Amino acid sequence: MLSEESLKRIEELKKRYQHPQSVVIDALWMWQKEHGWVSEEGMKQIADLLGIPVHHVYGVVTFYTMFNKQPVGKHKIEVCTNVSCMLRDGEKILKHIESRLNIKAGQTTPDNRFTLVEAECLGSCGTAPMMQVGDRYYENLDAAKVDTILNGLT
Amino acid sequence: MELRILPAIPDYHRIDIYESHGGYEMLRKALSLKPEEVTEEVKKSNLRGRGGACFPTGLKWTFMPKQTEKPKYLCVNGDESEPGTFKDRQILEFNPHLLIEGTIIACYAMGITTAYLYVRGEYAHWIDLVQKAVDDAYAKGYLGQNILGSGFSSNLYIHRGAGAYICGEESALMNSIEGKRGYPRVKPPFPAQNGLWGCPTTINNVETICNVPLILRMGWEAYAKIGAPKHPGPILVGVSGHVNKPGVYEMPTGVLLTDIIDRYAGGMRKGKKIRAVIPGGSSTMIMRGEAIGGVTMDADGLKAAGSSVGTAGMIVMDEDTDMIKVISRIAHFYHHESCGQCTPCREGTGWMLKILERFEKCEARMEDIDLLLDIANNIEGNTICALGDAAAWPVQSMIKRFREEFEARATQSVGARQAVPV
Repeated sequence: MLSEESLKRIEELKKRYQHPQSVVIDALWMWQKEHGWVSEEGMKQIADLLGIPVHHVYGVVTFYTMFNKQPVGKHKIEVCTNVSCMLRDGEKILKHIESRLNIKAGQTTPDNRFTLVEAECLGSCGTAPMMQVGDRYYENLDAAKVDTILNGLT
Repeated sequence: MELRILPAIPDYHRIDIYESHGGYEMLRKALSLKPEEVTEEVKKSNLRGRGGACFPTGLKWTFMPKQTEKPKYLCVNGDESEPGTFKDRQILEFNPHLLIEGTIIACYAMGITTAYLYVRGEYAHWIDLVQKAVDDAYAKGYLGQNILGSGFSSNLYIHRGAGAYICGEESALMNSIEGKRGYPRVKPPFPAQNGLWGCPTTINNVETICNVPLILRMGWEAYAKIGAPKHPGPILVGVSGHVNKPGVYEMPTGVLLTDIIDRYAGGMRKGKKIRAVIPGGSSTMIMRGEAIGGVTMDADGLKAAGSSVGTAGMIVMDEDTDMIKVISRIAHFYHHESCGQCTPCREGTGWMLKILERFEKCEARMEDIDLLLDIANNIEGNTICALGDAAAWPVQSMIKRFREEFEARATQSVGARQAVPV
C-alpha cells in the first residue's frame, strides 16, 4: 500500500490536471520509492485511486524504462554507453563494474545489493563517461573513481 | 559576447540574485503590453525553436486560437533525451528563473492559464532545483492568481517523465502528461487546435522559452541582429566526444564549427585530426572532418552542408574512431526508443541494427550496404512522427559519407569467411 503521505500528495496532484489519469506517472514514482519496484498490487491500488482501468496503469509501467517491473538490488547502477560516453570509454566503465561485481549488465548481485544496467543517453555528454546510481549522477569517471564510489555505497 | 542564457554570475539560480540583475522586470514589461504585442515582438525577432526543428516561435504562438471556450495550455519541453544533448539541464540548474519568467510571459501572450514543464525522469536532481525556483516564484507573486496585480493568473507545474526518448516528440509528450503511453499522435490535427485533452496547446523547448525575456529586454531589432540573420540569437552548443574541454557553450548562432571545436572546446584531444562531426544530436546527418571547414552553427549553414542544427549537440570524433561502431550504437538507440506504433520504424530499426552488428563482427556482405540503405529509405517519411526519420538519417549519411568503411568491413568479412577451414 502507498503511505498516507503519498495518498495525500496524489489528491493534491489531481487538481493540476483535467483528468486524474495524468497523475499515474507520479503515483508510480511514489510506489517505486516506497517499494523499490512496481508490483501488480501497486498497479491495482493506483488504478483504484485514479479511477482508471488497471490495464492503463500496466501500459504505462511497461512503456517507461525507469519503472522496475521486478525487484532490483538496493543500488541500481546505470552506465551510459551511448555515443558521447562510448567515445570516452563508457564501455570500459561498464566492463569494470561487471568484473568488480561479477555480474553482467541486466543482472543483480546474489546479495541483492547491486543491479547493473546499460543505459541510453542520460544527458551527461559533456562530462562523459558517467553513471547514475539511484537518482544521483556520477560524472567524468575512471576506474579508480568508480571503485571509490562503489566502496562508499552502504 | 555577453552571456545571457547562462551568465557567469554566482548563485544566479537564486531568486534574489536573479532579481538583483533585473530578473522578472520583463514579466512586468510584458504585463504592461497587450498579449498580441508580446507575440508580435517574438515574431519579429525571428526566434526559431531550439528543440531541433527550428520552427519560428512567434508564428507558432499565432496558431493558438484567440476566441475559444476551452482552456489553453503551454507545455515546456525539457525531455532532453537526444544523444549528445545536455543543454537544457544547464538552464534548469543555473538559470531556472529565466525559464520561469519566459514561461509566464509566453502564457500571457497566448492567454494560457496552465503551463506544464515536462522534464525527463532521470533529471530528478534538476527537478528538485527547478521546483524550489517555482516555489520561490509563487511566493513572490510571479505565479498564481492575479500576477503582480495585473489581473492575469497562471500556474506552472512540473511533470516528471519516466524514461522515454519519444516523449520529447510534442504529441507523445502530451500523451505522457495525460498519463498514457508516450505514443505520438497523427497530425493533423495540430496541437494548437487539438492538444492536451483536446484543447489548444503550444509546445516550446526549454531553451526557446528562455529567449523570450531576452527579446523583450533587448527589443526585437537588437535581438534579430545577434548571429545568423535567418536564425538569430544566442544558442547553447553542447560539445562532446574527443575534444579537450567538452561542455555547453553559449554563443551567437552562426559560429564556425571549427571555431566551436578550437576556440570554445579547447581543440582536439591529443592534437588528433577530426574524423567526423555529428553537429546537432545523434539524429542529424554525420559530416566528415574534412567537410566542416567554413560551415556555421545555424539552420542555413548546416542545411547547405547537408546536415541540420538539431539541438546543437555536437559530437566530435577523432581519426581513431571506428565509424561502424558509432553507427551501430546509434542504431541500437533508435531501435530501443522506437515506440512500436509504426511498422517501418518498429521493424526497420531492428533490421538496421542486426545488419550493422554484422558489419561490426565482420560478418557482413557487400550487398548489405544497399540493403541497409533500402531499409532506411523505407523508414524515412513513412512514420507518424520524426523518430523514423531520426533513425534513418544517421544510417543514410554514414553510408553516403563513409561508404569505404562499410566496403572495407564487407571485404574483410569475405576474407574471414574464406579463412575458415571447411
